Amino acid sequence: MSGILVYSEAAQTALGLLTKGRQLADELGQPLSVVLLGEDAAKRAEDAFAHGAGQAFVGDDPHLAVFQAQTYAAALAQIAAQAQADLVLIGSTRRGRELAPRLAQRLEAGCATDVTNLSIQDGRLVTERRALGGKTISTETLTSSQQVIAVMPKLYEAEPGGAENGEVIEVSLVLEPTATCLVERKPKETGGVDIEGAEILIGVGRGLDNEEDLKLIQELADALGGAVGCSRPLSYEYHWLPDDRTIGLSGNICSPRLYIALGLSGQIQHTVGIMDSDVIVAINKDKSAPIFKMADYGIVGDLYEAVPKLVDMLKTRG
Amino acid sequence: MNIIVCMKQVVDLEQIRIKPSTREPVLEGLPVMFGDFDKCALEEAVRLKEEHGGKVTAVAAGSAKLKDTIKEALAIGADEAVILTDEAFQGSDAMGSARLLAKAIEKIGEYDLILMGDGSADNYSGEVPPRVGEVLGLPQAGCVREVKVLDGALQVTRDLEDALEVVEMDLPALVSVTTEINIPRLPALTDILKAGRKALHTWGPDEVGAIPAASVVEVLSNLAPVQDRKEIIFENIEEGLTEVVKALEGEGVLER
Repeated sequence: MSGILVYSEAAQTALGLLTKGRQLADELGQPLSVVLLGEDAAKRAEDAFAHGAGQAFVGDDPHLAVFQAQTYAAALAQIAAQAQADLVLIGSTRRGRELAPRLAQRLEAGCATDVTNLSIQDGRLVTERRALGGKTISTETLTSSQQVIAVMPKLYEAEPGGAENGEVIEVSLVLEPTATCLVERKPKETGGVDIEGAEILIGVGRGLDNEEDLKLIQELADALGGAVGCSRPLSYEYHWLPDDRTIGLSGNICSPRLYIALGLSGQIQHTVGIMDSDVIVAINKDKSAPIFKMADYGIVGDLYEAVPKLVDMLKTRG
Repeated sequence: MNIIVCMKQVVDLEQIRIKPSTREPVLEGLPVMFGDFDKCALEEAVRLKEEHGGKVTAVAAGSAKLKDTIKEALAIGADEAVILTDEAFQGSDAMGSARLLAKAIEKIGEYDLILMGDGSADNYSGEVPPRVGEVLGLPQAGCVREVKVLDGALQVTRDLEDALEVVEMDLPALVSVTTEINIPRLPALTDILKAGRKALHTWGPDEVGAIPAASVVEVLSNLAPVQDRKEIIFENIEEGLTEVVKALEGEGVLER
């Protein structure tokens, strides 16, 4: 027997993976199970059953108290063996990106991370992921008998369905202590702004001179009823905006109705995050900026001149 | 502190053109280089060495072009380098690359720390660091934006989605870094000249053993996504704004 096993340390991501896993399991005629780890693991079993898991492998161990890829990979490898799972689906969070390849190496399995689409073609699992820095989409299949696939965390929405009742299987794990310990956890500031869900999104890049000038950008966002996001340097390097406002390959992938790019050159690492926008407008001083090749409408000019004028126009429009 | 830095040679992504008729990328004849993540890993290794002493060895597997590419690593400050360019190693996937790098690391011998980039500049799969960690049985930390050396241990700051995590690790350990950790130096001319005199080893199956190069990854297609944009560009701000607002109203995207 073979089966599909789902794990993510992010509860909502795990339910989304179960929702997709249910469809794959039906197509392949295989059972679908979930792995729940940690001290409150058993409490999450009902939710997993409501989303299609037929079995919940529940494990707790003092060594699982803090996430460590080495330990979690060992735990999942033991459970994958017990479940006789050929396919392990993992949420491609930052932790998941460490866990999935480590588990794959332990199982001598093939792996794919940051997967943006999953389908079954001719009985084979086919994955899509961005390649060449986001310039292309690589469609791949793995020829190994066991596979570990890390799927973008918010790709599949959780929808209840499938098996209503499931079986809880308590697993006894044999884990060794690792040579790491958590010293401190500093929660990040989050602005409570959901740029992934924004209908109108303003993106700002290095063309902005000062942190104070964000006021100007926010005024435009307010006039449009939109949200403000940025390229990676403005958040991770300069700390002008919280990290969760980052648009691009290593941030959020957004698909607004309207995207306005301000002072953004259009490097692929950024534009990959806005490719699915319905309409793209770019304002940039540099006529040769690659962003204009990505834009429906472009204005060559200084954002410091254009943005206040645009705000005025939108206000008088009423 | 002896540090091994694993690096990957990639094509210059900025220079990739897409064939409009087929949406295929044109990769032939492009220059190769080390990616930003890898350079940050090397820079961090060199800084740690400058502060705490020891030795930095750069290791890379890839095509024969590495003979030139690796000189940048030596110029930035690696003391010596190992390249794995043998024909027998070509075409391997992340599993094979990890096994190969692990063999080379074992042959290099004594080390306290392995540093890598969090992902390669081209595919950013991030598979190799955890896989090497597993082969060598080392503790690992990824997404690292700060490294401090304590007495016999390492303190790293992991940059996760919702928090920064400060983690202490016993050595030896494997750490993969983000580009926020540092700004890699541009080597001075004298460093570039000195690089030519540093030890560069080319190891093949005789030195590290045979590694099955087969790949379990079958690429069905690799194509640029369809982008169909109007590309209507205005060079006058006043005119442009008026026309763009009119167009957006027409397309109904300004409605709340």
